[in-house]
Amino acid sequence: MHLVKLLWRNAFRHRLRTTLTVIGITIAILAFGMLRTVISAWYAGVDASSASRLVTRNAISLVFPLPISYKDRIRQIDGVKTVSYGSWFGGLYIDEKNFFPNFAVEIENYLKLYPEFVLAPEQLNAVVHDRKACVVGRKLAERFGWKIGDTIVLKGTIYPGDWEFVLRGIYRGKDQTTDETQMFFNWDYLNETMRKLVARRADQVGFYMIGVTNPSHAAEVAADIDKTFRNSLAETLTETEKAFQLGFISMTEAIVIAIQLVSFVVIIIIMAVVANTMAMTARERIGEYAVFKTLGFRGYHIAGLVFGESLIISMTGCAIGVALTYPVAKIFGTTLSNYFPIFNVAPTTILMDVAAALLVGTVAAIFPTWRAVTIRIADGLRRIG
Amino acid sequence: MADTKPPIVQIRNLSKSYRRGSQIIPVLEDISFDIPDGEFLALMGPSGSGKSTLLNLLAGIDTADTGSILIGGEQITTMSEADLARWRSLHVGFIFQFYNLIPVLTAFENVELPLLLTRLSRKERQAHVETALRVVGLADRMEHYPAQLSGGQQQRVAIARALVTDPTILVADEPTGDLDRYSAEEILDLIDRLNHEAGKTVIMVTHDPRAAEKAHVIRHLEKGILSDASR
Repeated sequence: MHLVKLLWRNAFRHRLRTTLTVIGITIAILAFGMLRTVISAWYAGVDASSASRLVTRNAISLVFPLPISYKDRIRQIDGVKTVSYGSWFGGLYIDEKNFFPNFAVEIENYLKLYPEFVLAPEQLNAVVHDRKACVVGRKLAERFGWKIGDTIVLKGTIYPGDWEFVLRGIYRGKDQTTDETQMFFNWDYLNETMRKLVARRADQVGFYMIGVTNPSHAAEVAADIDKTFRNSLAETLTETEKAFQLGFISMTEAIVIAIQLVSFVVIIIIMAVVANTMAMTARERIGEYAVFKTLGFRGYHIAGLVFGESLIISMTGCAIGVALTYPVAKIFGTTLSNYFPIFNVAPTTILMDVAAALLVGTVAAIFPTWRAVTIRIADGLRRIG
Repeated sequence: MADTKPPIVQIRNLSKSYRRGSQIIPVLEDISFDIPDGEFLALMGPSGSGKSTLLNLLAGIDTADTGSILIGGEQITTMSEADLARWRSLHVGFIFQFYNLIPVLTAFENVELPLLLTRLSRKERQAHVETALRVVGLADRMEHYPAQLSGGQQQRVAIARALVTDPTILVADEPTGDLDRYSAEEILDLIDRLNHEAGKTVIMVTHDPRAAEKAHVIRHLEKGILSDASR
């Protein structure tokens, strides 16, 4: 007989209580995992950022455009390898609830800057040579059942009117962290239309996307770009893609902090629940622990029994919680793909789940262990009968 | 006859009191006596007389205020908690009134428990446990859980657990207190046999005069004071 066997049998001696506690831990681990995944999803754009990409925008605000004429001057700056540009289009497909990100970009260089968007060469060729062409991510195409050659109409919000596009390409992400829910179309289509409709809004871009030859010199290149346009009508602010994305995140930092706090509160609550279970267990078993001590078992043996039982309960809940995290995250990610295009359970989240369960199991056992170890044998034996 | 044997237990000037609030209640007062090797001693007395306290002190599960207890040449009153635990595992077999078996372990596993503290191999442990269960007549109940056994059978498993390490002394606290008359008789016969045939020194606390009759010597405790040996 091994003591591990005894631990396992002890843990499930009071089946209903243990089952309810395990269910509680499972739900807590699941909730913790989901909340941590939501936080990761929030930072997905930052994580996907490349050190070799810079974003140049109007120094006053992202809302204000930059002239298209900056393109050639940026290209001449030392360290700049590739320049693309674009504008947030903000079009709606049929209804607001169908929201997805859509951009007018100079597609050929833009896709060179984003090698993680994998597009078949013939599709890229078709997109570049058809002014009304668009390219969408795989998940977006699946969501609306779009196929190559389909016509897609977006209702303009920033740029008025109904805009018709022909789907010429569907890109796939290089890995799980690539956003496959975006749409890109030719900036020339937007510009030519605006030239006809509202001429003063033509020849303007929302941002420049710049590829640098050496990522370690990105800061110097960014400074050079901004220096070039200093004291112009539209001064620029150039930053790494990561800093640019973090700028967006900082606007919603309070929400992220609130989610983080809730995730820790969940763990504290379940810690109290498991501690209660272990306190009840230890109180019921005080007599047995006294018998163990009478037989010659030492304090560390008793501590092993209490801690072991607590850890078996918490780790069983953790294992079930982790096993459920993946399917639940998939359902969650599919349902909320509009808001979280990347909703993957990170390995660090699972490690945090396990660490949280270990912490819960350990902390919950401290007080019951102290009681079981310090009680005098004679007092413990008096509790029997 | 028993008096001619050398003492295995020597108790000198043993006192013990409990504190209840600000009140100090003396339980044992200046007790001195010897127990020869192989003796069967019954400790009797009314409730609260201190007989279980004396038994606990002899078994090393409680500590005296003053005095000394020498068992098998070892002074147990000065031992540390850890040394006392090791000493108990080697020298004391404890039989409780309510058997105190672990309900989630089989008869075999319950008897094996004290052997987990030894360096014996699994096979050696198995041999010891089987022998102990055979001695108490439960070789065919090894895989039974306590709940599947009668009270008498559970007490026999508890005796096997007390025996399995071949201890120096067997201490029994009201071993028949929770049993019917027939089962109680069986248990007393078994303890008697262990004393007679295996030469085990037995110290038994009991209320029951019929149980005490099995002992070589009966001592009475009254208000913490021990009477002279009778029989």
